[in-house]
Amino acid sequence: MNYIVPEFEIVRNARRCISCGKCVEQCPYGVHSFDKDGKTVLADDSKCVACHRCVAVCPTHAIQIVKYEDAYKPHANWTPQVQKEILKQAETGGVLLSGMSNNKPYPIYWDKMLLNASQVTNPSIDPLREPMEIRTYLGRKPDKIEFDENGAMKTVMPPQIRLETPIMFSAMSFGSISFNAQKTLALAARELGTLFNTGEGGMHPGLKEFGDCAVVQVASGRFGVHKAYLDNSRFIEIKIGQGAKPGIGGHLPGEKVTVEVSNARMIPAGSDAISPAPHHDIYSIEDLRQLIWSLKEATEYQKPVAVKIAAVHNCAAIVSGVARAGADIIVMDGFRGGTGAAPTRIRDNVGIPIELALAAVDQRLRDESIRNSVSLVVSGSFRNSADIVKAIALGADAVYVATAPLIAMGCHMCQQCHTGKCSWGIATQRPELTERLNPEEMYPRVVNLISAWNHEMKEMLGGMGLNSIDSLRGNRLMLRGIGLTDKELEILGIAHAGE
Amino acid sequence: MTLTAGKENFQALNASIRELLLKHDTLELDDVNGQRYIGAALPAGKTILLHGTPGNDMGAYLNGGSIEVFGNGQEATGNTMGGGKIIVHGHVGDTLGYAMRDGEIFVEKRAGCRAGIHMKEFEAMQPVVVIGGVAGAFLGEYMAGGTLVVLGLDNPEHLPIIGAHCATGMHGGRIFIRGKVPAENVSEHITVTTELDDKDRADLERIVKQYCTLFSASPEAVFSEAFTKLIPTTSRPYANLYTPN
Repeated sequence: MNYIVPEFEIVRNARRCISCGKCVEQCPYGVHSFDKDGKTVLADDSKCVACHRCVAVCPTHAIQIVKYEDAYKPHANWTPQVQKEILKQAETGGVLLSGMSNNKPYPIYWDKMLLNASQVTNPSIDPLREPMEIRTYLGRKPDKIEFDENGAMKTVMPPQIRLETPIMFSAMSFGSISFNAQKTLALAARELGTLFNTGEGGMHPGLKEFGDCAVVQVASGRFGVHKAYLDNSRFIEIKIGQGAKPGIGGHLPGEKVTVEVSNARMIPAGSDAISPAPHHDIYSIEDLRQLIWSLKEATEYQKPVAVKIAAVHNCAAIVSGVARAGADIIVMDGFRGGTGAAPTRIRDNVGIPIELALAAVDQRLRDESIRNSVSLVVSGSFRNSADIVKAIALGADAVYVATAPLIAMGCHMCQQCHTGKCSWGIATQRPELTERLNPEEMYPRVVNLISAWNHEMKEMLGGMGLNSIDSLRGNRLMLRGIGLTDKELEILGIAHAGE
Repeated sequence: MTLTAGKENFQALNASIRELLLKHDTLELDDVNGQRYIGAALPAGKTILLHGTPGNDMGAYLNGGSIEVFGNGQEATGNTMGGGKIIVHGHVGDTLGYAMRDGEIFVEKRAGCRAGIHMKEFEAMQPVVVIGGVAGAFLGEYMAGGTLVVLGLDNPEHLPIIGAHCATGMHGGRIFIRGKVPAENVSEHITVTTELDDKDRADLERIVKQYCTLFSASPEAVFSEAFTKLIPTTSRPYANLYTPN
């Protein structure tokens, strides 16, 4: 007997239900079904994941999903969640696998930092009537610039990436998300003047026309990595680690390797796509240097090369090494970063908050006088424009976001990405589900979201009396801590509110 | 066309190589002294004949071109190779043909650790790696496709033909090993068999003949010992690792 109490209960209003069968047809988890009479709609609560697809499609608003009321005997330590996980592992002997991001109540430092604003002196600026610059350039900057006698620049600038906003879309592979979801991001990136990231799954042929707004990833499995793939990009990102699962690799199970996914990854359909934790040609910073430079040679120095790592305890020293290895852009993903699938224990217990990692890394690179040589991009749960403004004040050049645009295109955070049954057509390869997401219809919503954030960022900048995002980068005087310890303030490099 | 590498820095050397190969289809490199990334992403129709010792990542992302080395290769030869041919008249270091997806690599003598790891195949892309001597540890780790052949020739010290942890995590492709296979060096979930099917025999015949032609060896001598085939017992070695939470 292995009865696991359901998490949610379907409450169906019998007076409203017209037995239209929409919920039966739309639920990929098999919760709803018709009774023998072909009329009465039944529900198997144990299968419900609270994705809210049925609630959204029910024409008479007859469905409500509520938390299941059957009470476990309360225990402050052995909570229902703890007990359920033990039962699942007792039944299967498997490693617990979760989707989306860290779901534990760790401190969120963004909510413990406050921004400054100008009053009277150094007046604030109104972005509606004055130019406000949020354009961002990524890429290695030379140590010095030389001019000839005519004033023309002699220094050859390393390749630079021009972004119209400091917000890019994080790596999500075709395989972990659907083609339609990737295309939605690609369309939005093109319109916004920013970039989307293919993730480590190669590039779907249908996205080749978006090379001008694509970041292509090279991970340990090297799926779909070849000369044309590298060339059809704005920059190349070597994936060493991911915030949701630092220290472990990626593993796309064979059942998700459809014919289309197999074409992009260039592996046979149905076979597991395994990206182990280490690149087996990288066992040191020197080896990483070798991969960075081999990619530069292969693309004839036309593409900046980024290295993405997870934010971990020694990230400051690691990033210093990565910068010296020749990375043009360093991406750091905090422990609240999202994922299509990660072992629950890793997701919830490994890595550190991006706020602390970013502050430590920016400071370390400044102390070593190499901060100017690399661009620093951070990710790991940016929920709104204020989080991003704070990150830039802490020293980031740009940020990656993924969960927020996914929510804009339908994600309801049910955290079942790893099951491949996403009812909103995002984290799935099933044709009947992916067709629910129409890129042409959805991409304007993503554009709306980022445009709104852009405007909010301009308002916050203007309020601080700044007219350019460059004036905010690493400008920690614009931040104050609230309710933080001396040690936390020291690491963040900021004063407490009132100081 | 001949270019002397000498002590030229790798960046300048590779720029010169790329420029010369715009005008010439074949380039002879003399006195190569460990310069890295030679022939990276070399396209089809271009050939480099290399004398001396190339550095790491020679022929990385090779894109259909050919490189023949008259000397030893170093680490990561043919890294993430996408097609073409690499011939090494000597030994190579570690990580030979990492994640290569197509093309052929022929090494006359020995290979270091992690040769052929992550090798893949896709439709008509069927990569082949031949190691004439013995191979180091982790041969064919995470191998997902293609054909790896180890001949174990010229082995006066009687070293094991494959090192420890051979084929860990292998989930596709074939490894052919000539002569005795040290069972303790082969990982779990691998089927070890001396029964070769018609395709195996035909492919081996063709590959061995190519090797013998390249390095003046005798096919009869090579086939004087039987081959053993290593294939994954399952294409889903980790199918039951996880429980949805």
